[in-house]
Amino acid sequence: MDDAQLRREVLTALQGIAPEVEPATLRGDRPLRDEVDLDSMDWLRFLAALHQRLGVNIPEADYQQLTTLNVLLAYLQRRLAAG
Amino acid sequence: MIEFRMPSLGADMDAGTLLQWQVAPGDAVHRGQVVAVVDTAKAAVEIECWQEGRVFELLIQPGDKVPVGTPIATLLEAGGSAETAPRRPAPVAARKAAQPQTPNPPPAATPGAAPATRTRITPVARQRAAELGIDAATLTGTGPQGAVTLADVEAVATQKPAVQPATAQDRHAAMRQAIAAAMSRSKREIPHYYLSETVPMAVALAWLAAYNAELPPERRLLPGVLVLKAVALALGDYPQLNGYWIDGAFRPGPGIHLGVAVALRQGGLIAPALHDVASKPLPQLMEELGDLVQRARSYSLRSSELSEATLTVTQLGDQGVDGVFGVIYPPQVALVGVGRIAERPWVEDGRVCALACAQFSLAADHRASDGHYGASFLAEVRRRLQQPDSL
Repeated sequence: MDDAQLRREVLTALQGIAPEVEPATLRGDRPLRDEVDLDSMDWLRFLAALHQRLGVNIPEADYQQLTTLNVLLAYLQRRLAAG
Repeated sequence: MIEFRMPSLGADMDAGTLLQWQVAPGDAVHRGQVVAVVDTAKAAVEIECWQEGRVFELLIQPGDKVPVGTPIATLLEAGGSAETAPRRPAPVAARKAAQPQTPNPPPAATPGAAPATRTRITPVARQRAAELGIDAATLTGTGPQGAVTLADVEAVATQKPAVQPATAQDRHAAMRQAIAAAMSRSKREIPHYYLSETVPMAVALAWLAAYNAELPPERRLLPGVLVLKAVALALGDYPQLNGYWIDGAFRPGPGIHLGVAVALRQGGLIAPALHDVASKPLPQLMEELGDLVQRARSYSLRSSELSEATLTVTQLGDQGVDGVFGVIYPPQVALVGVGRIAERPWVEDGRVCALACAQFSLAADHRASDGHYGASFLAEVRRRLQQPDSL
């Protein structure tokens, strides 16, 4: 999956949780949960949506490192490449 | 004959606008069945009926706004019949009498002003229109001499819903008003006392991490669910905090139904009830909580969820604050506030260490309980959270 495609998938999942998100104004280098105002329930639902869309199961132990959208995209690309 | 009334949907609701009937005259209804959808300031609410019987007459129509307590339908008790039932005044009269004195008409489409002349309508069409809750006077007839036929009624019926829920903007303004009314009443009537307790969360978090480690996100638990269960179990031991203050006396809650404060993305707040929390296993609570939060945010709740909470829990810590001291939602008598779970300095055996903790608070109605009782309750919540296996 190329980067643009992955980004689209992630943003679609995000908009399912937070419909007011404007992809154009989302800053990829800022803490994602502040940018989008995700509480812990939203975050869990977001991860569940990513699991369903991409087949990537993000373990709880990895939550800490997934700070920004850019970091999340790089993480997912790595996990997808590793199969 | 049973009168089915517009139910109270919480202290901050005094009227509701019917959006839709989900039953028709002649239908059997059973306990817990959703019979109508009503729009309130906070949500489009599915109204449940708690009686067994058969629908006799629908007294209001989509678009009508009536005060809480207004009869909106009549039911025949099981075994009863229309012949034995006393006649009620015509539905139109009931509707007019019940119109609230709002300066503006409801935003939803209301039936147009009835023409002075009697509508020509075939008997079968009239009956069908009544069943569907359609005002025959608003229909355009295509039959002989402009008479309304069954086909005309069915054509309109398939175009439904004619009545739309309030727009987001209307709802936002109405919700602000509703919150203002309930919170003002709370501060005016309820003599609050406040307690707080720092609760170690490390054991619960470790238990949770082990539980969640092997599970996909869909099946993981949140710390908030453990908190709800611990509060519910503690309430079993401290029933004076679980219930309502009504007419100068405490009434114990019929169960342990926790109101869960949900911040809405557009602003505003709603605290629908999660039922029978003490007796449900954690995975079930997690699933029901997720469903409840999602439906609260899409303004789609059930009447029992809006009126039956016996104590409210607000977990604002999730938004990052250290602690929260809440305003009790009347007629409830207590509210538990939970701050952020974070590592803090902790002294144990004469040594300082870092420990994950959360500040728990209790706001309680001094008419119903005293500080000593509240303190014991908070200590019990704390004790329960140190034994996550028993939650």
